[in-house]
Amino acid sequence: MKLVYFAWVRERVGMAEEQVDLPADVERVGDLLDWLKGRGEEFASAFEHADVIRVALDHQHEPDRDAPLAGVREVALFPPMTGG
Amino acid sequence: MGRPAPDKSRIRVAVQTADFDLSNEAARIAGDGDVGAVVTFTGICRDEDGRLAALELEHYPAMAEAELARIAEEAAGRWPLAAVTIVHRFGRLEPGQTIVLVITASAHRKAAFQAADFLMDFLKTRAPFWKKEHLAAGGSGEWVAASERDDQAAGRWAGKRSR
Repeated sequence: MKLVYFAWVRERVGMAEEQVDLPADVERVGDLLDWLKGRGEEFASAFEHADVIRVALDHQHEPDRDAPLAGVREVALFPPMTGG
Repeated sequence: MGRPAPDKSRIRVAVQTADFDLSNEAARIAGDGDVGAVVTFTGICRDEDGRLAALELEHYPAMAEAELARIAEEAAGRWPLAAVTIVHRFGRLEPGQTIVLVITASAHRKAAFQAADFLMDFLKTRAPFWKKEHLAAGGSGEWVAASERDDQAAGRWAGKRSR
């Protein structure tokens, strides 16, 4: 699965994107956020307040933390948007 | 999300570094006989009382245009619009430079005004763009924080159907 990061999430994790093999028990969006938080200092800092992180699955917003990840190719993780 | 856009709504979205030409963009959607009202909104970079040298707009290239199109279609499903144009710039933008353009066209003015207002509220909270400050004093400032006021502004459209 491809993970992509934007804005201060990207800066804190220190990369714009990566390919990951998720553990079998990471089945939902909420599981992914918990798992990311445990990947070292940079990730702990980026995902410390996971409730503010916005998620898009295959280029569509997904507000539901229970949304399944099965079949998803690209997960984007970013702060609340400030466009317009 | 919402009902599908009527076929006759002409939707144009663009994500680009280049500036846009407001009068050209407005003229290309005002040309039809069914259009009686065109509303244009231009968002411009401010200097925050001289504090900012520029804003750097980051975006999610694989998603941005698709999300702008979804937002435009949502508006076209709520109001009888003849056309919607959204142009959003990215990259380094200095005070006085344009950031975003929204144009709505309809038979009567109310739909065009309301839809333009709706589009800006939804762009603020759903379009995958992020602004970082560059300070006049030198160096990078903070990422602009999302405002609760923008969330509330977007929230007021929830469940509203306008026709």
